[in-house]
Amino acid sequence: MGRIDSLDFKRNTLRNINNFLQNLNFKSNQRNFTIKNPNGEHAICAGLKEEISVNIKGHVGYYCGGMNKKANITIYGNAGTGVGENMMSGNIHVKGNVSQSAGATAHGGTLIVDGNASSRCGISMKGADIIVKGSVGHMSGFMAQSGNLLICGDAGEALGDSIYETVIYIAGNIRSLGVDCVEKKIKTSDIKKIETLLKKGNIKKFKPSNFKKFGSSRKLYNFNIDNVSEY
Amino acid sequence: MCGIVGLYLKKKNLHKRLGFYLSGMLDNMSSRGPDSAGFAIYNGSESNDQNKYSLRFNNKKTIKIFNFEIKKKFNDSSIKIISDHIVLHTSAKPNTFVSYLQENFQDISIVGYGKSIEIFKQVGNPKHVVKKLSLEKFTGSHGIGHTRMATESAITVDGSHPYSTGQDECLVHNGSLSNHNNIRRELLKKGIKFNSLNDTEVAAGYISQKLSNKISMKKTLNDCLSNLDGFYTFILGTINGFAVLRDEIACKPAVIAENKDYVAVASEFQAMANLPNVNKANIYEPEPGVVYTWGG
Repeated sequence: MGRIDSLDFKRNTLRNINNFLQNLNFKSNQRNFTIKNPNGEHAICAGLKEEISVNIKGHVGYYCGGMNKKANITIYGNAGTGVGENMMSGNIHVKGNVSQSAGATAHGGTLIVDGNASSRCGISMKGADIIVKGSVGHMSGFMAQSGNLLICGDAGEALGDSIYETVIYIAGNIRSLGVDCVEKKIKTSDIKKIETLLKKGNIKKFKPSNFKKFGSSRKLYNFNIDNVSEY
Repeated sequence: MCGIVGLYLKKKNLHKRLGFYLSGMLDNMSSRGPDSAGFAIYNGSESNDQNKYSLRFNNKKTIKIFNFEIKKKFNDSSIKIISDHIVLHTSAKPNTFVSYLQENFQDISIVGYGKSIEIFKQVGNPKHVVKKLSLEKFTGSHGIGHTRMATESAITVDGSHPYSTGQDECLVHNGSLSNHNNIRRELLKKGIKFNSLNDTEVAAGYISQKLSNKISMKKTLNDCLSNLDGFYTFILGTINGFAVLRDEIACKPAVIAENKDYVAVASEFQAMANLPNVNKANIYEPEPGVVYTWGG
């Protein structure tokens, strides 16, 4: 690949920009990059592997920062479907709102959303911390397996449906809980965890005592013979 | 897939740019629907007793004969030719005109009619379709467009959106319906006619049938939620504006950008990335199962 002068979508293609960020020349000391005019392009900053910072100045499309490892990505705008999908580590910070399935299947790292998240936020998440300063849409935390989902606002219908071991902390109202998702008692360890999450998200308006805790009642873990007629 | 777009201009001085903006939006959505494209433009009417008929010619040679014959039959008529479509202005009432057309010109399809609507669709890459139909030059208050990736029925012009099944109405759809055959059968019994096996045409017929029975747009769209089974984001165009509805599962995307100048709806933000000052607009996703309307 040739030399890349600027990470500007007006002058470069998505493939060129991603290729450049995925295969950095570490002989140069530059670790901070800015992407201009993203214009809702898909898969921007997907598959970054190194500890670099990328600032994206504008709105992004689907799967921004997907499969991220180590990189710090800040989006100065909104993000489309599946931001931080299957993230392994690193940080993604969205200054605006995010669409459906934010942080889907994310194994690690932190996803921070300053605005609202749409439906299915944290679907099948496997260990990441997802911090939403606004509200989340319906079916959020669906089949979520591990990690923490902290919501400062409200949640739509069927929060935490069929949830495994992800813990949901929420300050606002819940329209309805999903199957097998129940409120749990806040322990000292939870307070500490919420404190850490609030610190990560630089959230000062909320205290750990504002949050309720939800998780799995583990009734779906094993087959119940009483339900045999359902199959 | 499929891509849908809608643009409602709040300020009169922007009306001359409608086609330009809308063609940019469709162009950006061609990746979601490379098979065919179509659009509906609302640009008012010259006078109250005039009707507009958007017609498509399967054989371009017919245009000449049609032009001659139509002026003999309806002497106040005027026509505008755009690629394989023409827009005919005449005071002839829909019933009279449609039966005349069916008797004399079987190879001409009526794409839509009304006081304000002009509607066009063609098979092919949306980038080429908007160029061939010179969408850029259109003016008007609002418009709706569609780029299609065919799933439910064949790649034909009859299978392309928007569907117009009532005066000044049109519908574009991102998604697929699963109970359209049942609903089509019910509507056929009520005398509604369909030109294709497409699922969206059924939804359009369902909506038109309700609206023609004086059921409000809001109630009609709410009824869609209980009777239409499947995945959808709809944009419904009417003479005054448009409405947006997503099904309650909402796995089909939609994004709205609104500012003091316009309301833009699209499947993806990409579609609206070139609209003026869009980065500062209020951008949000329409909530599932909620009817949004603009312009009454």
